[in-house]
Amino acid sequence: MRDEDVLVLEEPKLSAAERMYLPQIMTGLRTTLRHMFNLRNRDAVVREYPEQKRELRLDNYRGVHRLNRDPDGRVACVACFMCSTACPADCIHIEAAESPWPDREKYPVKFDIDELRCIYCGMCEEACPVDAIELTPHFELVGTTRAEMIFDKEKLLNIYDQTKDLKPRKNPPITDYGLTGGQDREVARPNAHTTT
Amino acid sequence: MPDTPTKTYDLLLRRRSTLIIAAVGAAVLGGGLTLVLWPWIKPLLSAQSTFSILLMVAGIGILLSAFAICTLAERKIAGFVQDRRGPNRVGFWGLFQPVADGLKFLLKEDFIPARADRPVFLLAPCIALVVSLLGFAIIPWAGEIHWPWMPAGHTVSTQVASINVGVLYLLATGSLSVYAVVLAGWASNNKYAHFGGLRATAQMLSYEVPLGLGLLCVLLACGTLRLEEIVQQQAASGVWNVFLHPLAFLLVLISTFAETNRTPFDLAEAEQELVGGFHTEYSSMKFAMFFIGEYTHMITASALMVALFFGGWAPLPFGGFLADSTAWGWALVKFGIYAGKVSLFIGFFMLIRWTIPRFRFDQLMRLAWKGLVPIGMAMVVGSGVLVALERERNVFWSLVVNVALLSAALGVARLSKQEITGRQANMPEIEVGPV
Ligand code: SF4
Ligand code: SF4
Repeated sequence: MRDEDVLVLEEPKLSAAERMYLPQIMTGLRTTLRHMFNLRNRDAVVREYPEQKRELRLDNYRGVHRLNRDPDGRVACVACFMCSTACPADCIHIEAAESPWPDREKYPVKFDIDELRCIYCGMCEEACPVDAIELTPHFELVGTTRAEMIFDKEKLLNIYDQTKDLKPRKNPPITDYGLTGGQDREVARPNAHTTT
Repeated sequence: MPDTPTKTYDLLLRRRSTLIIAAVGAAVLGGGLTLVLWPWIKPLLSAQSTFSILLMVAGIGILLSAFAICTLAERKIAGFVQDRRGPNRVGFWGLFQPVADGLKFLLKEDFIPARADRPVFLLAPCIALVVSLLGFAIIPWAGEIHWPWMPAGHTVSTQVASINVGVLYLLATGSLSVYAVVLAGWASNNKYAHFGGLRATAQMLSYEVPLGLGLLCVLLACGTLRLEEIVQQQAASGVWNVFLHPLAFLLVLISTFAETNRTPFDLAEAEQELVGGFHTEYSSMKFAMFFIGEYTHMITASALMVALFFGGWAPLPFGGFLADSTAWGWALVKFGIYAGKVSLFIGFFMLIRWTIPRFRFDQLMRLAWKGLVPIGMAMVVGSGVLVALERERNVFWSLVVNVALLSAALGVARLSKQEITGRQANMPEIEVGPV
């Protein structure tokens, strides 16, 4: 971090009326009262969850993971362990083996994600060099035992089959490296909004 | 994914007709019992001592149901303010939610930490509950009642106890409730709880002072400590005390928030900083007792403010007309008005909770000692002068004094450059070193 990255904020000077609190509290009360009696707004915003479901946020919601398939229907993962290294919750467990296919060296024989430990940060998706692991917009993730919540390769591939029409794989033909040359991704600089 | 199957009892509970049947059933049962037992009830109603005992029993029932309604109302209001709907799953419009909550409290594991101070740990919630119930004894719910079968001129008072130190009694019992918090914090043997208890002590001690000063102004002007007489005065003159002492009311209102541990003064609980504060270690019914204590305290405090400043059961323009009437029908009307005012106050308490963020502890102390206490003292002097000049029931002169005090306070705040809030001059400079 450099010196110019540090923003020193001065406390705003308060006027005498503001220091008496009460006018400000009145303003606050007006806001809360407005929301309280704004029935139309409430009806527009509220979804009665199990009966009404909200539209899935396809672009940016981070829900259950899926393991993508390449166009040939094989698992796209190349067992590079990038995701499990990046994972802050340490919840991805991969066992790699030599790949039976000529276009890559390794593939995962086992790929388990503990969905209960996961914090849905999306780091795995960021880390994956071939976009094999992705987070889907599905949030209804329930189970009755802990063991049931450890999703294995089959289950994760299954989720891909269920969701691929809703949200296609981000960079489909990337597994055969070099051919597409990779694609640019829009990545925001850290602190992009604060530095002047 | 498949839809959740809705259970039959769930459907039954959520229908409006279930609610209506339950209400009608309760009314019929209550009415029938009263009719059957009427010959025994009648003499009990006519003597003040037995009537007080009846009031006490009824009062506890009403209070506990009021508490149940309060918990629902709090969550509903919280929901509405945040553009949500609040609980609406149990019963029609969520009306059976308190029942579900009560069952949950009863069935939960009652846990006592191994290193806790057992007797004190058990004592604290009891103090919280009992002390908050004590205040009810002197609230004049509906003035005097004259039953049709009583000899003329005889009345019973709808107060459990009519004692001549009324307001002082309320103050004394009200400030006892700090023991519950402190003892709970101490006995839990938990640092969070301990901090909660410490904060509560300092806060309650500080806000007793402005509360007392604010009340003193009214009491000076009224010349009595009996709540029923204060209400009667306001009803007879048709002027509520809040018009005579707006600043005193403000002081009492703010201190009441602090005394009942409600936001923005809920530093003793402070979920974000202290987990749960003094009740971190409490579960099940013991936690519920703290909860009931808090709400009951809120109801008592609202009832006190209504009696002192908002004319108790006196509606604004026709107070005098109700003041002379002692028929039991009118007593019901009076009680309705009183209860309505109290519920408005409680609604206000809840609305404030979702409006203002919590104070920092130093701000809290500064507000009490540098803000409220000086104004309170000046106000007591002002009221004293008015009383000496026999102008205490004159709206014009009272308002003049209040406005003068307010502008003086604003002027001092402006001139002194002493911040009540924000960064203090005597705090060390912030140093931004190399990073
Ligand atoms: S979303 Fe985050 S926590 Fe979950 S598996 Fe991926 S990297 Fe790990
Ligand atoms: S999912 Fe992606 S990051 Fe994780 S092991 Fe497979 S290829 Fe590597």
